[in-house]
Amino acid sequence: MGRIGALALQGDFELHIKMLRKAGIEAVEIRTPAQLDSVSGLVIPGGESTTVSRLMRRYGLDKAIRERYLSGSLAVYGTCMGMILVCSDTEGDHDLAQLGFIDATVERNAYGPQVESFESDIVIDSVNGSGPMRFRAVFIRAPKVTRVGDGVKILASHAGAPALISQGLCLAGNFHPELTDDWRLHKYFLDEFAARIGD
Amino acid sequence: MEEKGTMRVKIGLAEMLKGGVIMDVTTPEQALIAAEAGAAAVMALERVPADIRRDGGVARMADPNVIDGIIKALKEKKYEVPVMAKARIGHFVEAQILEAMGVDFVDESEVLTPADEHFHIDKHKFKVPFVCGARNLGEALRRIGEGAAMIRTKGEAGSGDVVEAVRHMRAVTGDIRRLTQLPDEELMAEAKNLGAPYDLVKYVKENGKLPVPNFAAGGIATPADAALMMMLGAEAVFVGSGIFKSEDPATRAKAIVDAVTHYRDPKVLAEVSRGLKSAMRGLDVSKMDEKDLLQTRGW
Repeated sequence: MGRIGALALQGDFELHIKMLRKAGIEAVEIRTPAQLDSVSGLVIPGGESTTVSRLMRRYGLDKAIRERYLSGSLAVYGTCMGMILVCSDTEGDHDLAQLGFIDATVERNAYGPQVESFESDIVIDSVNGSGPMRFRAVFIRAPKVTRVGDGVKILASHAGAPALISQGLCLAGNFHPELTDDWRLHKYFLDEFAARIGD
Repeated sequence: MEEKGTMRVKIGLAEMLKGGVIMDVTTPEQALIAAEAGAAAVMALERVPADIRRDGGVARMADPNVIDGIIKALKEKKYEVPVMAKARIGHFVEAQILEAMGVDFVDESEVLTPADEHFHIDKHKFKVPFVCGARNLGEALRRIGEGAAMIRTKGEAGSGDVVEAVRHMRAVTGDIRRLTQLPDEELMAEAKNLGAPYDLVKYVKENGKLPVPNFAAGGIATPADAALMMMLGAEAVFVGSGIFKSEDPATRAKAIVDAVTHYRDPKVLAEVSRGLKSAMRGLDVSKMDEKDLLQTRGW
């Protein structure tokens, strides 16, 4: 497994880089398509989806990420905004640079204003073959998954809505492990997704 | 157990705004221009700081209709950007009103006329997160001690002159660097000198940074100003009067967003700085009267 990148256009990418390093991998900031060449995995962080969509398009990153992913040479993990961008659809009519790696629909900011943001324990199914994992999940103006396609695995749920899902080489969650000290999910992404990419 | 309004949840939203631009807007139309340009959040106001300065009188929390109008316009156009609003220093009832209205972040701001000369708002009592201005490390840590989830430089709002934001950012980061060098036995005396809580002084020494995100504000008017503040250690940038007091706000807003992402790349900065038409005219802070400064409000 090579290096892992965090999309560094806007959002909490530095926290993800810190987590990836804790999980034992070299991690770098990605701002241009050329920088994407050096990584085998990409974390798309939390942030503002309109802002990041515009910057991705302007610098050709949406196209570059899609090409790499579809060629099977890039694993992707999206958190919160990142989840919105890796899914195929959003509720309502948005002009976002959605990548469509997971066949699912999300509703943006589904829980209301910031005072409704929360943290809660969730249980993640059999990560690293170690049985169910209890995880402190922090939801910040979170999106909610309202539909998943047939090929999508639901790895954890909160209050009936999928909180962690995967399809192919892509993992996505509507909560923020990077806001805690718990790097087990980053490790899971490295072991179960990024490790499937040949060097 | 589900918990709302924890420090982690409050700071979480500040973390999501990093690397972004928070833009002052006074009308639904401006809010849409800001969102379209890629603002990470908008600050809903009745008047931008340059106009508050020009008009004089008492500056207060905006009329809830102004804030609601901005929230509704963004929702209708499917922009999900967070909306901030300002309360006067110490005016906890204005803050309660903003929280009840569903504002995402409250700025306890020196741009408005202070309501209390001695006490800032007890921000721990709220579920909504607060941002506060600071001119140095002691002031930043006092506000964090009161529960602020984000610190920004005060700069000199509405001046279009970046010099004060630079001064305040250098003061905070310089003091942080100095603290990391101190032996433990000097920390209590340092806490006394800074007028800051001991535990927070200790945190800064051990971690080399504030326990909350540290943003820049006050006088930022160009993409180069924004990139300068990022180079000096800001984690995101507020632009107040600088956008909608300029000749071509939409183009300038986009250019500043690009500059904050690519602040380390002078080639991108050169490209986005071209052809922006006039920046806000601005005021040279060094020629201003002491009594006209907004940054001396609060302590």
